Amino acid sequence: MGSTSSTLLKIPNVEVLMQETGFSPAHIIRLHDRFKALDKKGRGHLCPQDFGAIKELAMNPIGDRIIGAFFSPGKETVDFHTFVKILAHFRPVDKNRPKEPNSPEPINSRSNKLRFAFQLYDQDKDGKISRDELLKVLRAMLGMQVTEEQLESIADRTIQEADLDRDDAISFEEFRKVSPEILHSRCFIKAPVIMLMERDC
Amino acid sequence: MAFLQQFALLLALLIVFSTSCKAATLEVDSVEVGHNYSSKSSATEKTSTSTNDSTDGHAPSVISTLPIVTWKWHHVETPYLVALWILTCWLCKLVCELNHSVTSVFPESGLLIMLGFILGGIVWGADKAQTFKLIPTNFFYYLLPQIILDASYCMPNKLFFSNLGAILIHAIIGTCWNAGTVGIALWACYEGGAMGNLNIGPLQFLLFGALISAVDPVAVIAVFEEVHVNEVLYILVFGESLLNDGVTVVLYNVFDAFVSLGGPKINAAEIIKGIVSFFVVAFGGSFLGVVFAILISMLTRITKNVQVIEAGFIIVLGYLSYLTAEMLSLSAILSITFCGVCCQKYINANMDEKSVTTLRYTLKVMANGSETMIFVFLGVSAIDKNIWVWNTGFILLTIFFVVIFRFIGVFFLNWILNQSRLIPIDITDQFVMAYGGLRGAVAYGLAAILDEKKIPEKNLMLGTTLIVVYFTVILQGITMKPLVQWLKVKKATHSDLTLNGKMNNRAFEHILTAMEDICGRMGDNWWTRHWNYFEDKYVCWLLLKSDARKHKDPIFGAFHKLNLEDATKYVTEGERKGSLDFIRNYDSASVDFKKKLALEYGDITPYITADMSEYDFGIDNVPVTSVMKNPIPSVSLDIHEQDRKSMPDDLSAHHLLAQHLYKSRRDNRPTYSRSHYNTSENPDEMQEIFQRTMRSRLEPFKSAKMGVNPAKKLSKHPKKDSTHKPNGKPADPHRTHPYGDEDFEFSADSASSSEIAGNFHRRSTNTPGAGVDNPTGNNTAVAPSQRAQGRLPWTPTNLRHLAPLRMSTRSTDSFVMADASLDEEAPEEKPGTHHTRL
Repeated sequence: MGSTSSTLLKIPNVEVLMQETGFSPAHIIRLHDRFKALDKKGRGHLCPQDFGAIKELAMNPIGDRIIGAFFSPGKETVDFHTFVKILAHFRPVDKNRPKEPNSPEPINSRSNKLRFAFQLYDQDKDGKISRDELLKVLRAMLGMQVTEEQLESIADRTIQEADLDRDDAISFEEFRKVSPEILHSRCFIKAPVIMLMERDC
Repeated sequence: MAFLQQFALLLALLIVFSTSCKAATLEVDSVEVGHNYSSKSSATEKTSTSTNDSTDGHAPSVISTLPIVTWKWHHVETPYLVALWILTCWLCKLVCELNHSVTSVFPESGLLIMLGFILGGIVWGADKAQTFKLIPTNFFYYLLPQIILDASYCMPNKLFFSNLGAILIHAIIGTCWNAGTVGIALWACYEGGAMGNLNIGPLQFLLFGALISAVDPVAVIAVFEEVHVNEVLYILVFGESLLNDGVTVVLYNVFDAFVSLGGPKINAAEIIKGIVSFFVVAFGGSFLGVVFAILISMLTRITKNVQVIEAGFIIVLGYLSYLTAEMLSLSAILSITFCGVCCQKYINANMDEKSVTTLRYTLKVMANGSETMIFVFLGVSAIDKNIWVWNTGFILLTIFFVVIFRFIGVFFLNWILNQSRLIPIDITDQFVMAYGGLRGAVAYGLAAILDEKKIPEKNLMLGTTLIVVYFTVILQGITMKPLVQWLKVKKATHSDLTLNGKMNNRAFEHILTAMEDICGRMGDNWWTRHWNYFEDKYVCWLLLKSDARKHKDPIFGAFHKLNLEDATKYVTEGERKGSLDFIRNYDSASVDFKKKLALEYGDITPYITADMSEYDFGIDNVPVTSVMKNPIPSVSLDIHEQDRKSMPDDLSAHHLLAQHLYKSRRDNRPTYSRSHYNTSENPDEMQEIFQRTMRSRLEPFKSAKMGVNPAKKLSKHPKKDSTHKPNGKPADPHRTHPYGDEDFEFSADSASSSEIAGNFHRRSTNTPGAGVDNPTGNNTAVAPSQRAQGRLPWTPTNLRHLAPLRMSTRSTDSFVMADASLDEEAPEEKPGTHHTRL
């Protein structure tokens, strides 16, 4: 850990970053190492194919969407700041963080997490998950054994279930209501994302 | 019904068992039978008249007439008893497993011990003495090695090595701590007068402390297998218990030597020698294991011609590493552990896939079998009044200290480890770790080889060890599961999940998995990177076959495997459905297709059909007629779907989701399971996803190659080129249907793109659902990464194999058409196709 401070110094605006994301210096360094490892050509930013080189992502049915989520519209690269900020969505919710009334909602709040997921569905960014968009996701996530008809019926049902205003699409509010609380507790607080950045010791 | 079955089995068990008992009592001389655990001690002189006369098969001094058959019990006695006992023990396991409501509460190991009590009671009732018990020699030489080998061979070794530091600290320092403190505390209590008058000196207490500190992998795994804990905790407990055994044995030997030396002779020099010998034995054993691992890996490079016994080499050499270490008085357990852990990667790559499967199954059978026997015999051995010397103080204090010091040790060491860990091991995990310190057969084995001359109170120690074993295995084993559940109470109320909920849950899991991958699962710190470099450069060169080296590229390997499995499925399916009828019932397209495939895969068919037992397509209960009548192409592998079509209601939607949503790896922890070989629950799913992704990623390559520089390709590989034409380009529009992941924009794109380069990149546009708006899609002029370029050459071949198979699995109507149109072209390609090997 001798190089902690020197590594940190190399990252611009590290203080701001840490405050925004809530990562500890150790985490930041860890992520920075990883970022550099992914950035094989050393350009200081990542391109989609840098993510594509992560072989496990090929096993992920929605891996390509997730990669896409790292890139804001119109951009082909992602720099370290954005990278960290996106990862910060998946930090466990701090249970005993002092609540400051006028501080902005932390990145890793439940609703931000859900929003991240929502945008994976909502590829055309119109704030609604349409039937088509849902179908695409379902197709990606369901096994080959399911036929097209079944897919459609599932999609219809899913929309029906969530659709409160009967517009045949799921808005974020609706999405949030139907996303079970269980998610919150199980998948995020225990999320081992950070845990897996563990150092061998 | 279930009860009846259970009863019948129990009856069968008793019959088999009583046979073995009777067989034993028939015996007249009190010879040492024990090749295995059956030591015949006090044979009741039962001169069973008729049998005894003819027993001596080989000494018929005078025969009056030629006997047609003779009774030769003595000839077969030992192996017969061994086999009967094995059968008995395994039947015990069967009985245990009959009722799942029982095994969900009691751990199986505990149940087996209890059944052992019963069997032991019967033996005692018949013989009035315990004629069978677990003999340390048999335990250490015939039962333990395969368990350790299996455990280490199946060890998730990335996880193991990345946590090696923590594991070693727990295994070495933790064990020494336990041994020392338990020994000293017991001695202190003895001096304080807590256990009356015993003939035990401080050194003997230390020796006892050493043997009782052996956390037993067998017991630990048996319990933890059913409790799903996170992978770091799992590997810590598992790795520790495995290495801990080795350390305990070493420690035991050191103290044993001290005891034989006698108190007065021990001076500083001897103590230093003891410490040195500890390290030499432990690390020497590990080193020997690594040497054997290298030997095995190198041997598997050249065993191609004797594939049938390939798997046997591993087992024999593994066993030899154990024996060699024993011979050199190094730590045998550590030796075989490291042998298994180190060689697994290379031998899996070197050996044929079949041999790998064989090896795993064989090891599982052996390990599972001997584990069962160990537990049963731990129970049987208890029913022996000779070993029970009761000393309440000693026994209770031992249990107390064992538990307390385990907790103190684990918490203290974890506290130290947490200082340098990025993510501390949290308190509940620590608690589970400490609580998971189950003692088992190793402790018993060590206690049983105590020398009664040196340690007068051997039986007290043996009895106490047994009690500690029962206490930990049964009591802690039972409470472990509720405890883990209770500690992680966060399991929210189980509400009725909605479709949305189900889907989103799964989506989130996928997202998290992806994030983990992006963050780098194992972390790539300096050591990992350098080791990888070193391994790639030297180790693989030394230990891997040249073609295995090629296959080592994980993506290539996966691709190859997928193709192979597809082929297997196809053939299996074809065979299942019968021969000619099946072909005639379908349109010509599928026949052509089948023929083509047969040709293409002709060279591998004999091999792959052998594997098919692995795949369960779940079609056994589908009436054949329903398949026959269906106009869907023959190769539709998913027969389920035809059933499902008929029930389009909510329930089925839920069911479908539940069944077919891809699981993320998070559900699929790399647990080591003794009784189940399936390491991952969903290899098929992985295949599917992988194929989809790969296809959508590779699609751009192919079309780019076709579109951009066809001339060059043609001149170089005319045949190849022509073969992937039909499957590649023309198939594109058809293929979009099942996946729905390709926009037409894509083909236009590829025409306009100027370089191959852009295409690798553009895959994100084509992938499932990455819509037109995906910002990444706009970028076209990016060079493909190194990896991508490197993979280019083999892509078309593989894809070609893949494509027809996969397409055939479509059953949507539009696809039938696609298939038909496609397959008409197919036969022409035959001469060109079957020269390429899979």
